[in-house]
Amino acid sequence: MIIKSIIGIVAFLVLGPFVGGLLAGLDRKLSAKMQRRVGPPVLQPFYDVGKLFQKEKQTPTRFQDFYVLLFVIFVIASGVLFFMGGDLLLVIFTLTIGAAFLIIAAYSSNSPYAEVGAERELLAMLAYEPMVLITVIGFYMYTGSFRVSDILAGDSMPFLPLLGIFFGWLFILTLKFRKSPFDLSMSHHAHQELVRGVTTEFVGRTMGWVEISHWYENVFLLGFVFLFFANGTALGWIIGIVVAILTYFFEVFIDNCFARMKWQFAFKSAWVIAVVLGMINLFVLYICF
Amino acid sequence: MSAAYVTKSPWVVHYDGSSCNGCDIEVLACLTPMYDVERFGIINCGNPKHADVFLVTGSVNEQNKGIVKQIYDQMPEPKVVVAVGICACSGGIFKDCYNVMGGVDQVIPVDAYVPGCAARPEAIIDAVVKGLGVLQAKRDAMVAAGDAPAEAPAEEAAPEAAEEAVTEEKKTPAVPPIFTMAEIKVNTMDHLKK
Ligand code: SF4
Repeated sequence: MIIKSIIGIVAFLVLGPFVGGLLAGLDRKLSAKMQRRVGPPVLQPFYDVGKLFQKEKQTPTRFQDFYVLLFVIFVIASGVLFFMGGDLLLVIFTLTIGAAFLIIAAYSSNSPYAEVGAERELLAMLAYEPMVLITVIGFYMYTGSFRVSDILAGDSMPFLPLLGIFFGWLFILTLKFRKSPFDLSMSHHAHQELVRGVTTEFVGRTMGWVEISHWYENVFLLGFVFLFFANGTALGWIIGIVVAILTYFFEVFIDNCFARMKWQFAFKSAWVIAVVLGMINLFVLYICF
Repeated sequence: MSAAYVTKSPWVVHYDGSSCNGCDIEVLACLTPMYDVERFGIINCGNPKHADVFLVTGSVNEQNKGIVKQIYDQMPEPKVVVAVGICACSGGIFKDCYNVMGGVDQVIPVDAYVPGCAARPEAIIDAVVKGLGVLQAKRDAMVAAGDAPAEAPAEEAAPEAAEEAVTEEKKTPAVPPIFTMAEIKVNTMDHLKK
């Protein structure tokens, strides 16, 4: 048990950024191919972060970098809790605290662009949070435990009984990955009405750390997708990993097919999805299990 | 310094001075699938605080000199400036306008000049890629100075690299200004009085 937890933690801490960075590189390559471009090398995200760490130190306020540090710590901590087989409730609360520190960091810079980004990030958080909670409750109602290790050890796949919740989770993943149509708070592309939203004032290595924690966060969010298929057998593991990777590329596809929507749409649609798919699924679980 | 990441991911911020928009369209053409500068890791990031390369099109005038200077100052070291189009190099056809100060180098140090009216996308990409040599030299100077914001050493290290890197070597405007700024103002006012 403890050995498994330690393996999970070390694997996440060491492999997390590599997998996350590689996925980000494949994302850019694939997006380029969809637009009939050659695109950057697959390792480009690593070059970018390497470059960011070679830039001059610069910060608008000394508090900003402290908040960013807390953001990095809490995001990594939530992933660690998840991959050591910890409590899902604890995991999502830690992740929420991390997201809150990113917003506070953006506010602390007093930059108008960062502030608008922070406000939109806050709205995005309000939009996805109900579905996150419903997902966790769904896992609990089906497997009888909030612990990741217990869910992994369960003998049947939670995918079919949690079908509605799975699609609800897919929907909010777009919000969490900050992909179009919901890249409200910051964009990876040059939609420039916000400059770079929340990350506008992060310079050099501060931005580098934010990028690295996004890689960690992405791996951890895909871990949730994996959890829907895990049933303690090798087949479950393989299906889970394959679906998690497919999910990521599905998000890239969506990203390339849509323009950015207004926050009102993001908010309404996320809540409607949470109520329709999430609550009905929970109700069915309540009746049947 | 170990790996040369600074040269592998040059992020660009683009500012339009008093350009006729011809050069701006050529800058944007570099981003299209036709030229696809993202091949070299070049991204148009629109944020001076994330940028490594400052592309200026059009000349500097009395109204935007502060803006050009501010964007330059907001960019963290190491950074390079590329003047795109003959307007940005020397003032071009707008040179004699009463409010035009001349090329971008009147306000901030320029590392590479791209002549042409309008500058061709190939030439712009060439200048950015050559500017990477300057970027590397500035980074080396930063490391030599202990990773500090090396304002002074960077200035010293840049010229040799810049010498061979510039697309067209051009340290002073080819044609000296016909009037000084004060004279121009006086002349203009005289004209209005008449
Ligand atoms: S160089 Fe020519 S095309 Fe470019 S901004 Fe000047 S006038 Fe326009």
